[in-house]
Amino acid sequence: MRFEYAPAPESRDVVEIQPSYGLFIEGRFTDGGGAAFKTVNPATEETLAEVARADEADVDRAVAAARKAFGTWSALPGAERAKYLFRIARIIQERARELAVLETLDNGKPIRESRDVDVPLVAAHFFYYAGWADKLAYAGFGPAPRPLGVAAQVIPWNFPLMMLAWKIAPALACGNTVVLKPAETTPLTALAFAEICVQAGLPAGVVNIVTGPGATGAALVAHPGVDKVAFTGSTRVGREIARTVAGGRKKVTLELGGKAANIVFEDAPLDQAVEGIVNGIFFNQGHVCCAGSRLLVAEPIQDELLAALRRRLATLRVGDPMDKNTDVGAINSAAQLARITELVEAGEAEGATRWSPACDLPERGYWFAPTVFTGVAQSHRIAREEVFGPVLSVLTFRTPAEAVEKANNTPYGLSAGVWTEKGSRILWMADRLRAGVVWANTFNRFDPVSPFGGYKESGYGREGGRHGLEAYLDV
Amino acid sequence: MVSTLTTAFADVVSSNATLRAFLRGLPGVDRVGADQRAAMLSTRSIKTTAKAQAIDLAIGMVDLTTLEGADTPGKVRAMCAKAVRPDPADPAAPHVAAVCVYPDLVAVAAEALVGSPVKVASVSTAFPSGRSSLDVKVADTALAVAAGAAEIDMVIDRGAFLAGDYRKVADEIAAIKQACGAAHLKVILETGELATYDNVRRASWLAMLSGADFIKTSTGKVSPAATLPVTLVMLEAVRDHRAATGRMVGVKAAGGIRTAKDAIRYLILVSETAGEEWLDAAWFRLGASSLLNDLLMQRQKLATGRYAGPDYFTLD
Repeated sequence: MRFEYAPAPESRDVVEIQPSYGLFIEGRFTDGGGAAFKTVNPATEETLAEVARADEADVDRAVAAARKAFGTWSALPGAERAKYLFRIARIIQERARELAVLETLDNGKPIRESRDVDVPLVAAHFFYYAGWADKLAYAGFGPAPRPLGVAAQVIPWNFPLMMLAWKIAPALACGNTVVLKPAETTPLTALAFAEICVQAGLPAGVVNIVTGPGATGAALVAHPGVDKVAFTGSTRVGREIARTVAGGRKKVTLELGGKAANIVFEDAPLDQAVEGIVNGIFFNQGHVCCAGSRLLVAEPIQDELLAALRRRLATLRVGDPMDKNTDVGAINSAAQLARITELVEAGEAEGATRWSPACDLPERGYWFAPTVFTGVAQSHRIAREEVFGPVLSVLTFRTPAEAVEKANNTPYGLSAGVWTEKGSRILWMADRLRAGVVWANTFNRFDPVSPFGGYKESGYGREGGRHGLEAYLDV
Repeated sequence: MVSTLTTAFADVVSSNATLRAFLRGLPGVDRVGADQRAAMLSTRSIKTTAKAQAIDLAIGMVDLTTLEGADTPGKVRAMCAKAVRPDPADPAAPHVAAVCVYPDLVAVAAEALVGSPVKVASVSTAFPSGRSSLDVKVADTALAVAAGAAEIDMVIDRGAFLAGDYRKVADEIAAIKQACGAAHLKVILETGELATYDNVRRASWLAMLSGADFIKTSTGKVSPAATLPVTLVMLEAVRDHRAATGRMVGVKAAGGIRTAKDAIRYLILVSETAGEEWLDAAWFRLGASSLLNDLLMQRQKLATGRYAGPDYFTLD
């Protein structure tokens, strides 16, 4: 019997989106010097709000505000800073539903993910670093590690609020003040976070949020009053930032692109491996820097695994991100959709075989069906370049050594997955994979306790865990 | 193709050595991943028309059960009346799939259900522990079948399974299957005692290869009874078994399923794991007693927009 799920839309009523938003500088919302820009819901192309564009003068004001606040904030006892962070974490939990809905509207990701993954991790990150604030002397960076000063933080659109948490929580715990620039297409939850800072009574100037396009971020990163630059985004922009700050005193952490291998051995737990492949590449529409975009499968189980994967993909629910049963939502922007489309066409032109499950995509909005390419060679663009979309490239291997060789044969090195029931093989592989995170029998699992970061062109520095403190301490 | 495969599987059950090799060669189950998948599926939100469909489907899949030392003919007759017409206030409410009783009460149930579409199921084989000789188990089964049971819920010898004597388990299932004659055989794995998901997958295959028509999670006498991840593993097993042999085997989740919300979660699991063909009382059952009234209450709520108190639903 066919069991059709009736629409189960999450209510929008929990959020009140204002027609326009200003910049958040020194504890107040102010106008921006540049022309305001629109942020749209990628699932419907509806304009959600107008957002102020920060020009160089605004960036200057924000950095000055952060500098002014730094003296008092960094002089607070760690336990006092922790109180603010705990308060922020609790407010995030209290306003979880609102933040999840806002994130889904602005980003296009399914409400199930923003509700069950993003927002809980955001709260967890603040709770975790709140706990470190009064224990920095025991973190292994000397008896009295000092903060750096003003941190310039530029974050991407794929996990807007989560990336904000990864940046702001450790910075504040260590005694720094911040100026954060959210992505142009997803500024709304960062602005809601600004309200949360006010609600938590955070001293003015400790957190400043400037919205705008890439130029705003470039001005922020280049600002001479900044002591620390933290960036998550594309490798191309990461390179520009490295060039900008080269030769100066600014400390930099970059978390960039990836082309992760998800490696499935013959003795893998197959049903869970299929789930892991799905979660690896279709989670968040594949807009994940550590996505398992290359499936490396042992040749003897190739047919079995791909049959199981196709069967599973037929049950994926693609569509309205606000529906609680949606598994795959909208592509974040028209520009990203064009990029995915271009690479997928290149994949076909280069001779790989394209397959997608039958799915009805909505007419309005930016959509791309989950796609699997088989017959992919290492030389194909879809095996080398980051698609940043719901597109999986399937390659095969014969021996563990070949799996390692293919997995490492990329300029990136952010993450990898290993699927096998053999514990010794997991360790053997993890020793050899040049990736910042190696997941064993799981994929795309995050925890504030676990450091995250890349090898090679996936960036440098670590976020999360005790390691994440180092990026915000003068050590 | 199918017949050669079936023959190949016939060789599997021929000895303990071949059985061990086969069962240990099945892909492992990663506990964390299986739990995660089941937890994710239980976040599905079933509303309005889908909920109405699911509630009626679930009522029709209930094996209404009483398995107490204190069971009497009067108790069983009352339960049978409820099975045929669960909601006296609404004749449109579907009947349940079967009633499930101990063998000595099968005759009472069969008489009470004459002419109704509700089937009589009986537990057997020294239920719930299964600790007796094969002769006694066969006799127990024959007694129930002779008294009119259309379905037999047997237990496997968990001791033999955990000791690695798969052949003994297989032989018992085959012997009981023979004693069943035309009756449908449900094989209870008692997953709470098998402990690991790997064992659940192996026991599922062992039962299917030995002739089970259904595989069933639990007796309801051991905790934990049915859980979502265990049922997920069993649904994957019937799906894979059908792909390999062409034969469809049913699944019954029993024990601890008390609310309509729980029942709907099982239906989602069936729908997204084994597929829609299993969404039928012929292929999926819920062994329960108190569940039925919650399903009826939710059904009425959906139709009228109001909750009636529990006093408006019969306790049989």
